[in-house]
Amino acid sequence: MHLLVCGGTGCSASQSAKIVENLQLELKRQGQEDVQVILTGCFGFCEKGPIVKVMPDNTFYTEVKPEDAGEIVAEHVIKGRKVTRLLYTDPENKEHISDSKHMGFYKKQLRIALRNCGFIDPENIDEYVANDGYAAVAKVLTEMSAEQVIEEIKLSGLRGRGGGGFPTGLKWEIASKNHADQKYVVCNADEGDPGAFMDRSILEGDPHSVIEAMTINGFAIGATKGLIYIRAEYPLAIHRLQIAIGQAREYGLLGKNIFGSGFDFDIELRYGAGAFVCGEETALIHSMEGLRGEPTFKPPFPAQSGYLGKPTNVNNVETYANIPIIILKGANWFNKIGTEKSKGTKVFALAGQINNVGLIEVPMGITLREVIYEIGGGIKNGRAFKAVQTGGPSGGCLTEKHLDTPIDYDNLIAAGSMMGSGGMVVMDDTSCMVSIAKFYLEFTVEESCGKCTPCRVGNKRLHEILEKITKGNGTMEDLDALRNLAAVIKDTALCGLGQTSPNPVLSTLDNFGDEYLEHVKDKKCRAGVCKSLMKYVIDPEACVGCTACARNCPVNAIAGEKKMPHVINTELCIKCGACIERCKFNAISIK
Amino acid sequence: MMEYVNIIIDDKKIQAEKGQTILKAARAVGIEIPTLCYYELNGQKLENRPGGCRVCVVEVAGRKNLAPACATEVMEGMEIKTHSLRVVNARRTVVELLLSDHPASCLICSKSGNCELQSLAHKLGIRDIPFRGEQSMYKKDDSPAIIREMNKCIMCRRCETVCNKLQTVGALSAVNRGFMAVVAPAFEQDLVQSPCVMCGQCVQACPVGALSEVNQTRQVIHAINNPNKTVVVQTAPAVRVALGEEFGFEPGTIVTGKMAAALRRIGFDYVFDTDFAADLTIMEEGTELLGRISKFMAGDKSVRLPILTSCCPGWVNFFETNYPDMLDVPSTAKSPQQMFGAVAKNYWAEKIGIKREDMIVVSVMPCVAKKFECQRDEFKENGNPDVDYSITTRELAELIKQFNIDFNSLPEEDFDNPLGASTGAAVIFGATGGVIEAATRTAYEIFTGKSLEKVDFTALRGLEGVRSAEVDFNGTPIKIGIAHGLGNARKLLDMVRNGEANFHAIEVMACPGGCVGGAGQPFHHGDFSKVEKRFEAIYREDAGKPIRKSHENPYIKQLYEEFLGKPCGEKSHHLLHTHYFDKSKQIEVEG
Amino acid sequence: MTQIKSLADLKALKSNIQEKMDTRAKGNKDGLVAVKVAMATCGIAAGAKQVFDYFLTECEKRHIDIVLTQTGCMGYCHAEPTIEVTLPGKEPIVFGYVDTQKADEIIEKYIKNGELVDGIIPVNYETVQKN
Repeated sequence: MHLLVCGGTGCSASQSAKIVENLQLELKRQGQEDVQVILTGCFGFCEKGPIVKVMPDNTFYTEVKPEDAGEIVAEHVIKGRKVTRLLYTDPENKEHISDSKHMGFYKKQLRIALRNCGFIDPENIDEYVANDGYAAVAKVLTEMSAEQVIEEIKLSGLRGRGGGGFPTGLKWEIASKNHADQKYVVCNADEGDPGAFMDRSILEGDPHSVIEAMTINGFAIGATKGLIYIRAEYPLAIHRLQIAIGQAREYGLLGKNIFGSGFDFDIELRYGAGAFVCGEETALIHSMEGLRGEPTFKPPFPAQSGYLGKPTNVNNVETYANIPIIILKGANWFNKIGTEKSKGTKVFALAGQINNVGLIEVPMGITLREVIYEIGGGIKNGRAFKAVQTGGPSGGCLTEKHLDTPIDYDNLIAAGSMMGSGGMVVMDDTSCMVSIAKFYLEFTVEESCGKCTPCRVGNKRLHEILEKITKGNGTMEDLDALRNLAAVIKDTALCGLGQTSPNPVLSTLDNFGDEYLEHVKDKKCRAGVCKSLMKYVIDPEACVGCTACARNCPVNAIAGEKKMPHVINTELCIKCGACIERCKFNAISIK
Repeated sequence: MMEYVNIIIDDKKIQAEKGQTILKAARAVGIEIPTLCYYELNGQKLENRPGGCRVCVVEVAGRKNLAPACATEVMEGMEIKTHSLRVVNARRTVVELLLSDHPASCLICSKSGNCELQSLAHKLGIRDIPFRGEQSMYKKDDSPAIIREMNKCIMCRRCETVCNKLQTVGALSAVNRGFMAVVAPAFEQDLVQSPCVMCGQCVQACPVGALSEVNQTRQVIHAINNPNKTVVVQTAPAVRVALGEEFGFEPGTIVTGKMAAALRRIGFDYVFDTDFAADLTIMEEGTELLGRISKFMAGDKSVRLPILTSCCPGWVNFFETNYPDMLDVPSTAKSPQQMFGAVAKNYWAEKIGIKREDMIVVSVMPCVAKKFECQRDEFKENGNPDVDYSITTRELAELIKQFNIDFNSLPEEDFDNPLGASTGAAVIFGATGGVIEAATRTAYEIFTGKSLEKVDFTALRGLEGVRSAEVDFNGTPIKIGIAHGLGNARKLLDMVRNGEANFHAIEVMACPGGCVGGAGQPFHHGDFSKVEKRFEAIYREDAGKPIRKSHENPYIKQLYEEFLGKPCGEKSHHLLHTHYFDKSKQIEVEG
Repeated sequence: MTQIKSLADLKALKSNIQEKMDTRAKGNKDGLVAVKVAMATCGIAAGAKQVFDYFLTECEKRHIDIVLTQTGCMGYCHAEPTIEVTLPGKEPIVFGYVDTQKADEIIEKYIKNGELVDGIIPVNYETVQKN
C-alpha cells in the first residue's frame, strides 16, 4: 500500500511536508512500516488541498491536515475503513466520492486532438494503426462520398483551431465547389504565437493523425496534393513528419489508389522561415509560392484562388488532428462536447505565473477559473491572480470578472480577447498591464509584414506611446491617442493579424484602465515593473546613518552625514538596487 | 450583356457594374474616394492595388471592418458610406500615420507640387501630425540616372509593381519587415548593382519623392553662363507634345515653337532638334535593315534577323542584361541622342570652328535612361562625352521657370539649321511604332525603288502592348513586330529566341506608349489618357510636316554629301554605330 | 513492408499490432515492464534523451527486460522530463522531473520491487475512447 501526498506548490504551502512527516511517524508507531509515503507532483486540485491519495484503491482525501495522519493510518491503513469526513464531496449532490476516478475533476481535461500524444510512439506507424489510425480514412474512402464527409464535418460543428474559428466543414464545402484541374490542401503548421506549442506537440507526438486528416480533406474537396507548411525552427516535428510520410507511403496510405479506392493523394513539406505573418493563410500561400510572405486581401479566398491560383483549403494542425476521430465516432458524438457554437475541445499552452505550466486540452465551455485553479493548480507562490492573456499577440488580457465566463470563440471575442491558436498566459500581481500590452505590441511591431499603413506605422506609434507611458512621460492626451489609434488600426488593417494586433492594448485599457491612469497621473507602477516610475526612498526613522548605502551607490546619488538619516537624490538615482541590498535596517524602499 | 447590381452609396441609390470595385462605382457617379497606393495604367494591363495604404477605406453596412474601396467589389444591396465620421477619422489617422514616418521636407523635395501625399494631406486639411516617433532611415542611393531616397517611401509598392509586372526588370521588391519594410533591390544593394535598366518608370509611378531623376539643371545653367563654351541643345520628339502640361496646357498640346523660343531665351547658342538625328538614324538603321534582309534573302545564314531597334536606352540596357546571347541581333545604330552628339561635336564643331572640348551638348529628353546612356564610356572621346548633359522634360520646364520666362506668351520660333531640320518620320519616333514606321517609309522606297503613295502605315500604330504587322514591299512581305513596355518586349523576344515567331524587324520602346509615356515626361499620376493624347499629338505633328520621309530631309542629304559619305559607310560606322556588352554578370548578388 | 490495399488489410494489421501493444501496455505473462519517455522538443530539451539512454543501458546491465519506447508530449511541461512506467498488470504511473538519479531510483525501487518513489505526476485528464 502507498500513501501519495501531493507535493505541489499549493499543497506544500499548506503543510504537505508536515503531513508526510506525521504519516511516517504514525505508520511507524502503529507498526505499518511496509506502507510507503510518497510525495507526488501537483494533482491540480489545489483548491481542495492538501491531497492524500491511497493506492491501490484510489481513495482521494482532500483538505487533509497534519493532525489527520493518525486517523488515516488507524482507520484506512489498518482497518481498511475510509475516513469519510476527509472524502471529496460532490458539490452538486453532496455525496462523498471515494474513488478519484469518479470525480468530476478528472473530466476537466479531455484529450481528443492530443489523444495519441504521449501514448504512442510517433515514429512507428504500427502504433498509430493499432490505435484506430487510418481507420477513418479507410472508412471515408471505402464507405463515404465526398459530400457525406463534408456533411459530417459540418454537422460536427468543428471550427478552425488556428485562431479565427471559421467553420471547417463550410470551408471544405466552398473549396469542394470550386472546380479546377488541380486543388490543394494545406496544413498550416506555422505556429508563431509566443509561448504556443500546441501544433508542435501534435506533430511531434502524433504526426499520422494530421496526414490521415489531410488525406480525408483531399478526398472531400477533390485535391490530390497536400502541403504542410511548417516552420524550419521545428526540426523534431519535421523529422517525425518525414518519417511518418515515408511510412504512410510504404504502406500505400499515401500515393496512388489508396485503399483500392482509386483516390490518389500525397503530401510534401514546405518550410517557413518563422515569420509570424505567414500563419495568415494568404501570406502562407504566397510564401509557399516563393513570393514575399505577406497577406493579400480576401476575396479571392484561398478556396477560390489559392496556391498557384488553384482552389486551396488551409487548416491548422489541431483542426486536422480532430478530423479522424470525428469520422470514426461521428459528428453527433463530437457536437455533444462543448458549447452551442463552439464544439469539441481546445488545446492550450498554459503558461505564466501558474503552478502547473503545461499543455492541456479542455472541452469548450470550461471556465477560465477551472483552467487556472483546477488544472493549472493556481497562481505560483500563492500570489493574487491578476489577468490571463489568451490569443497571443492578437488576443487580449482578461481579468477577475471574466474568470467564470465559459471559454469559447464567441465569449472570448465578446470579452475583448480571442481564442487564438491557444496560448494562455496567467499573470499575477507582479505584472504591470501597461508593460504587458507593450510586450505584445513589441512582438507585433517586429513581426508586421509592413504592407499596410495601420500595422506598419500605427503599431509602431502605439508602441511608442506605451513606451512613453511606462517611462513616466505619458499624458492624458496619450491615453486618448492610444485608444483612437488602436481603434483605427483594428478598423483599417489589411489582414486578420493587423486587425487584432491592438487587442492587447484595448483589452488592458478596458480592464486595467486605472493602471494606465496611475502611470500617467501619479507616475506610479503598482506592480513595480516600470523602472522609470520607481522611486527609491530612505525612511528617515529607520535610517541610522551607517553610510553603507552611500558608499555603495555607483552614481553617488545618496547623501547624508554619518549617523544622520540619508537622502536619495532621485534625479541621479539609476534604480540599480545596490543600496537596498546593503541596507541592514530595511530603511530603503521602492515607492 | 453587362450585369448590374443595386447599391447605395452616400445615400445615393445607384446601379453599378457587377464585378466593379467600390472605387470605380463611386467614381462613375462623381464620388472621388481618395487613393494613394492604387495605380492603374488604363489599357496597359497594369494595376497596382496591394490594398496597403488604407486611404480609400469606406464603411460597408454589415461589415465589421472598414473596406478598401480599391479592392472591394460591389455586391447587390451593398450600402456604402464614404464620408461617415468613422471613415473620415480612420482616413485621417491613416494619413497622419504616413506623415509621421515621412520627412517634412516638402519645401526642398523634388516632388513638391507633384506629390500625391502632399496633396492628400492638404485635401484632408491636416495641419498637425499628432504622432511623434522614430522615422525610418535608409541610405540614399545615387545612380547615374535615378536617386532613391527611401526615407520618403510610403510602401505604396507602385515602383515594385511597375518594375516587375510592367517591365519585368525585377530590380525592386519589398524587403525587411514591419516598420523597416521598404522597396529596394535585393539585399538592399544599390540600384547600379541590381538588374535595373534605368527606364525610370518607377520614378514616373512614385507618388512621393522617394524616387527621382538625377537633376542636372544646375550644370546646364553653369554651362550656359560659361563664356568659353558653345552650348548646343537638342530636343527629343516626345518633349514637344508634353512640355505644355507643365505650363497648364492640355495634354497633347503641341508646343514645338514655344519650346524653341524658350530654349533660345534661356541662352542656348544653337537650338537644334534630336529629330534631325532621328532622320539620320533612319538612314543608318534602314540601310542596315535592308542590308540584312537582302543578305538573308540571298541565302546568307550568318545574318541575324529580326533586326531590333536600338534607339531606346532602357531597352538597350534590358537586352544587355537579359539577352546576352542575342547581342548581335539589335541594330548597331546609335540612338538619335547619341548620333546627334557625335554629329554636333565632330561635324558642327568643326564647321563653326571650335574644338569639341569647347562645345557642350545638352539634350532634352522624355527619358531618365538617357542620362545613363550619355555617360556610357563608348560615347566619349578621350573622356569628353558626345552629349554632356541629358535633362528631362520636367527639368526643362524647371529651367524655363527659373529663367523667368512666361512660356504661355512666347512666340512660336523655329529651330536653328542645319541640325534643327527634320521630317515627319522623325517626329513619330516619340510614339510606339513610330521608329519602325519611319524606317518603313524609307526602306520601302529604297528597296522597291518606288515612291510611296501613302506614307501612313496605320497598321503599325496603336497602343496594344505587342503588335505585329506585315508590310508589302512590292511583293515581298516584311514582317514587323512592335512592343512597348519591357514586359511586352520580353514576351516578343522570348518568342523570337524560342523560334516561335519570325520577324524581319522589331521595334521596342521601354516605356508604355513609347517616349510619350517616358519616365522624364510630366507626371501623369496613373492617368494614362494623358499619354494617349500626347500619342495622338505626335501623329498630328507628323501630318503637319511638309516632308515626311527621312531620306528626303535636305540637310541629311547635305550631311552625307559634305561629311559622312554614305549610310553605313566607314565614317558612319565610326561615328554613328556602336556595340553592346554582356551585362548579365555585372549584377552582384551576395550570398 | 507490405502495402495496405484494403480495409481488411488495415484491420489485420491493426489486430496483429494491437496484441503486441497490449503486451507493452499492460505487461504480459513474461512480466515485461513498459517504459515510455515523453520525447517532444520540450522533453528532449529537459534531458529526456539522457533518461532514455539511461534506461536502455542500465536495464540491460541490470538484466531487467523492459519495453522502452519514445512518445510525444504528455502535457506536463512543468515536470519534464516525464516518463510513464507500466508494471505487468498494473495501472501506468507517470513520473516527473526524471533525471538519471531519479531513473536509477525508479529502476531499483519501482521496477524491481513495485515500491513507488517521490515525483509521481497524477494524471489529470481523460483521453477519448476510440471505439
